[in-house]
Amino acid sequence: MQSIKEIQEEIIDEFAMFEDWEERYQYMIDLGKDLPLIDDQYKTEDNIIKGCQSKVWVHAEMSDNRIDFTADSDAIITKGIIAILIRTFSNQHPKDILDANTDFIDAIGLKEHLSPTRANGLVSMIKQIKMYAIAYQTQIK
Amino acid sequence: MLDINKIRKDFPILNRKVNGKPLVYFDNAATSQTPQQVIDVIVDYYSNYNANIHRGVHTLSQEATDKYEEARHTIQNHFNAKYAYEIILTSGTTESINLVAHGFASILEKGDEIIVSALEHHSNIVPWQMLCEKTGAILKVIPMTQEGELDMNTYSELLSDKTKLVFVNHISNALGTINPIESIIQQAHKLGAAVLIDGAQACPHVKPDVQALDVDFYVTSAHKICGPTGVGMLYGKEEWLTKLPPYQGGGEMIDQVSFEKTTYAGLPHKFEAGTPNICGGIAFGAALDYMNAIGFENIATYENELLAYGTKRLLEIEGLKIYGTSKNKTSVISFNLEGIHPYDVGTLLDKMGIAVRTGHHCAQPIMAFYNIPGTVRASFAFYNTKEEIDILVEGVKKAKMMLS
Repeated sequence: MQSIKEIQEEIIDEFAMFEDWEERYQYMIDLGKDLPLIDDQYKTEDNIIKGCQSKVWVHAEMSDNRIDFTADSDAIITKGIIAILIRTFSNQHPKDILDANTDFIDAIGLKEHLSPTRANGLVSMIKQIKMYAIAYQTQIK
Repeated sequence: MLDINKIRKDFPILNRKVNGKPLVYFDNAATSQTPQQVIDVIVDYYSNYNANIHRGVHTLSQEATDKYEEARHTIQNHFNAKYAYEIILTSGTTESINLVAHGFASILEKGDEIIVSALEHHSNIVPWQMLCEKTGAILKVIPMTQEGELDMNTYSELLSDKTKLVFVNHISNALGTINPIESIIQQAHKLGAAVLIDGAQACPHVKPDVQALDVDFYVTSAHKICGPTGVGMLYGKEEWLTKLPPYQGGGEMIDQVSFEKTTYAGLPHKFEAGTPNICGGIAFGAALDYMNAIGFENIATYENELLAYGTKRLLEIEGLKIYGTSKNKTSVISFNLEGIHPYDVGTLLDKMGIAVRTGHHCAQPIMAFYNIPGTVRASFAFYNTKEEIDILVEGVKKAKMMLS
C-alpha cells in the first residue's frame, strides 16, 4: 500500500513529463472524464459543496480502517483535480489523511485551482475530506 | 471614427502578458481598464495636494476641496443634473442603492409594493428584499422573455396605486439587454411611484440625461467607466434627497451637534458622512472627461461593430449558444458551449491570455430562468479590437476541442 507522500511524489513525476500547459490540462481533462462517478444515491443536496463557479459532491465510507472517497463535479477541470485528490487521499487511514497536506498541487502547476477565492468548491472539498477523516478516526477503537 | 491604436496606447495594462500571451481583456462589464490620463490624476493627487477636504483653511485642503467639488460639477454636467448637490458621491452603485433603500424604510408602509425586474444584479435584489422584510412591503418582479427582454405587458399589470418604488437596471450585466427605461419611468410616474435606475452597466456605453429621463434616482460606479474602484454616485432629484433621512452618521454630514440635538448638513453633505474617497472622486471626474473627449456616440458606434462582429464569429462555432439575444443590447456576449461547463472554458481561455467572466454574474435568477449553471461572458470596450475577437474565437475553438 502506497503512502500519501509516495502517491503525491508519483503525481509530481508524472506531471514533470508535460512540456506545456496544454498537455497538463489535457491530462487533467482526461482524468476528469475517467473519474468513477459518485453513486447517484450519494449525489444529494447533503453531499454538495457549492462554489460560485462549479459544484462538487463528495461521499466517504470506511472499511478496514481506511476511508474510501467518491466524488463528482459539474465542471470537468474541477473533476480532473478531484481525481488527483482522490488518488492521494482515498483508501488511506484517517490519521494519515489528517497529517497530509496538498502542497504537491503547487508543484504540478495547479495552485490557482486551490485558491480560496476561486470558488470552485475544491478548497471546501479538501476541508470536507479532513472532516470525514476526523469523524471516522473517532470510530476506530 | 476612433483611432484605436492611439486609444490603446492610453492604457498601459493592455501591453502586459498573461500566462505568456498578450492580454486580451474582455471582462469590461466587471471593470474597465484605466487610461494613463486618469492614472496621472491619481498620482498627481497623492504627489501634490493630498489633504482632507471641506474643513481645512490651509492651501492643500483648499486645493483638494476645489478639485473634489470640480469633479462633482463634471459629474453633474455629464448626467445633466439640475444641481451639483443632487450628485451624492458614494463608494459605488451598491452603496448608492443601499442608501436609497435605507431611506425608503422610513417612507414605506405595510402593504406598499416595490417592483424589481428579473434581469437584476444581486445588489439590486437583496437590498429591496431586506427593505420589504423591515417594512412589510411586497416585492413584485417583472418577468423576462427567452430573448432576455423585460415583459413590459406584465410590468403595466403589476403597477398600481400601491406601487411606491420601481427598480430596474438600465442595461443587464449578465445579458447586455438595454431596458426601455423611458417607458418604465413614465408608467411608474403616472401612478405616483418613484423610479431608481441602476446605470452601472449603461454608463460605459451611453450618456444618460437624468432630466430628460425624469428619473428619480440614477446610480453608477466609476470603475466601469475608466475610473477607479471604490467610488460612484447617486443622482437623486432634490425633492427626494430632501425627503430621505441621512444614511450614516458621522463627520461632514452635520450642521450643529450637541448632546441634546444634532441638525444635519444640507445636500449633498447630509449623505456624505466621514472623509470620502477624495482621490477617487477627482479621478471619477477625470475618467468622464477622458470618455467625453472620445465621445459616447463614437464609442457606441464602434462597440456595436464589435458586438456584431463578435456575435457573427462566435456563432460560427458549432454548439455555441448565446444568451440574451435582444436587438437592443450592448457589447456583451454571454454564451455556453453545448455540454461544456463555463468554468472549464474560462479556465482554458485564461491560459491563453484571454480574460472573460464565467459563472452566474451575480444574477442567479437569470441563470435559473435558462436552467444553466452560468455562462462565459465576453464584454467589449472601445479599446478592444476585431483582432482580439479573432483570438477569442480561436481560443473558444481550442477549448472546445480540448474539452469535447
